[in-house]
Amino acid sequence: MNKTDDFILETRGLTKEFKGFTAVSEVDLRIRRHTIHALIGPNGAGKTTVFNLLTKFLTPTRGTIAFNGRDITAAKPAEISRMGVVRSFQISAVFPHMTARENVRVALQRKLGTSFHFWRSERSLHKLNDRADELLAMVGLERFTDAVVADLPYGRKRALEIATTLALDPEMMLLDEPTQGMGREDVELVTQLIRKVSANRTILMVEHNLGVVSTLCDAITVLQRGAVLTEGTYAEVSADPRVKEAYMGKAA
Amino acid sequence: MKKTFGYLILLALALAAPFVVYPVLLMKLLCFALFASAFNLILGYGGLLSFGHAAFFGGAAYFTGHALKAWGLPTELGILAGTAGAGLLGLAIGLLAIRRQGIYFAMITLAMAQMAYFFFISAPFTGGENGLQGVPRGMALGMFDLSNDRTMYFFVLAICLGGFLLIARAVHSPFGQVLGAIRDNEDRARSLGYDIERYKLLAFVLSATLAGLAGATKTVVFQLASLSDAHWHMSGEVVLMTLLGGLGTIAGPAVGASIIIALQNYLASGPFAAWVPVVLGVIFVTCVLSFRRGVVGELRAFIRRSF
Ligand SMILES: Nc1ncnc2c1ncn2[C@@H]1O[C@H](COP(=O)(O)OP(=O)(O)OP(=O)(O)O)[C@@H](O)[C@H]1O
Ligand SMILES: [Mg+2]
Repeated sequence: MNKTDDFILETRGLTKEFKGFTAVSEVDLRIRRHTIHALIGPNGAGKTTVFNLLTKFLTPTRGTIAFNGRDITAAKPAEISRMGVVRSFQISAVFPHMTARENVRVALQRKLGTSFHFWRSERSLHKLNDRADELLAMVGLERFTDAVVADLPYGRKRALEIATTLALDPEMMLLDEPTQGMGREDVELVTQLIRKVSANRTILMVEHNLGVVSTLCDAITVLQRGAVLTEGTYAEVSADPRVKEAYMGKAA
Repeated sequence: MKKTFGYLILLALALAAPFVVYPVLLMKLLCFALFASAFNLILGYGGLLSFGHAAFFGGAAYFTGHALKAWGLPTELGILAGTAGAGLLGLAIGLLAIRRQGIYFAMITLAMAQMAYFFFISAPFTGGENGLQGVPRGMALGMFDLSNDRTMYFFVLAICLGGFLLIARAVHSPFGQVLGAIRDNEDRARSLGYDIERYKLLAFVLSATLAGLAGATKTVVFQLASLSDAHWHMSGEVVLMTLLGGLGTIAGPAVGASIIIALQNYLASGPFAAWVPVVLGVIFVTCVLSFRRGVVGELRAFIRRSF
């Protein structure tokens, strides 16, 4: 197969209507393997809804989704995850009553196949601690392994979320505004982290910070009122007057 | 180390108790402590409010009573039969209810439990309003005569300890970890690849089974299975016990059950017998309004704050 045509994820005519309101309309997305692809657009454009459709947290009204050439339109969220497409959430999604290490371990333990074993001791999970700590160190959380997550600052929670997602070693990661609500230093950290983990992986990310988009992303899709406005590289998209208008329109 | 020591003291107390306190009261206490702990598995650790646990408690009571009285099974097998029956009933109700959330889950479990109640009223083997009376206690392991209250007490203690240990283990198991994650953030657990309904269902069935173990054991102690075991009052009482003692703590439900049973027992013999429901209601409201963590939860928070 020609490398440039190697699409890991493809949607056709993806549409979602909420009681007559069309949040996502006829979206054809094509994500190339091993690229970082951005989904941008003004507030309410439908970006998160697209994520929810791709990961089956919502059922599309119309349209199909294919992952690695396989139709996954009818799959369930947990199945999508097990196939290798793992998402993060716009509002940080962690397990607040657990420690940082336990958070990552919950993701790691699925592969052990003992997750229904209610008679087995928790100690059987300790063999995963090294790997969990490694992942935590990767996102700069080595000092927080035993901290209860509810007490961590927001930026740390987002970093933990990435570590937990990485624990599944997904073929494709969907990140919904990974830098939202972060200070400049943390944004820089997360940007580097995303670049680091993008090796041998495909990443689709929603991002409002255009600085992050321009440094990271190979391709960009702009959504407006649920439909694709334009697509291309950062240079192409940023030169498009309609994109400026879409963002200005939002400001006005 | 300190913990092990604490448990040893508790065990010593439990072994000495029947020589000081009336054993039948102690056995009632143990059975309800187990019932509340089983209930806590689904409410405290699963985050699901079941309002139908009387169906499992009462169902097992009837199954065991019938197995012992009509089939003449040995006591252990009779208890096992009742427990298994409650587990199956839990599976059936769980399959219907588990996809619902919050108040809908509570309503469906309540409705199913009411159906079970009406079945128990009209089925021929339950003895209707009179209940199933004169259930034989039989022998433990074919050797120990359970008609002796103290012997019976040690038998019940062994069963309930087994139940508590299983619950404590389940909470601290790989399964318990996933359950905790689901309670904390369902969507995230799902996005990590867990079919959360299946985990909730297992928690529900475990909870129903152990609630059944409590009901079955209670039948042997009192030699009686009655409609009140399966009545929705019972479902409400176990919610109260669990909340009062402390939701999602290992010891809380047992403590809550002990307080309620002791109180009922104390009030029932005095002039305030008719006021029991009012007293329980006041306790419930106070608990919900001012100390939500329950006795054990508040105590733990207090110890954490002060040391
Ligand atoms: N469950 C729902 N029911 C009804 N309308 C919804 C639902 N989810 C989203 N919408 C609507 O769909 C539109 C798109 O929302 P979405 O969250 O996808 O936008 P977004 O591009 O992610 O915006 P933001 O940048 O603010 O995160 C919004 O107008 C929103 O109100
Ligand atoms: Mg969004």
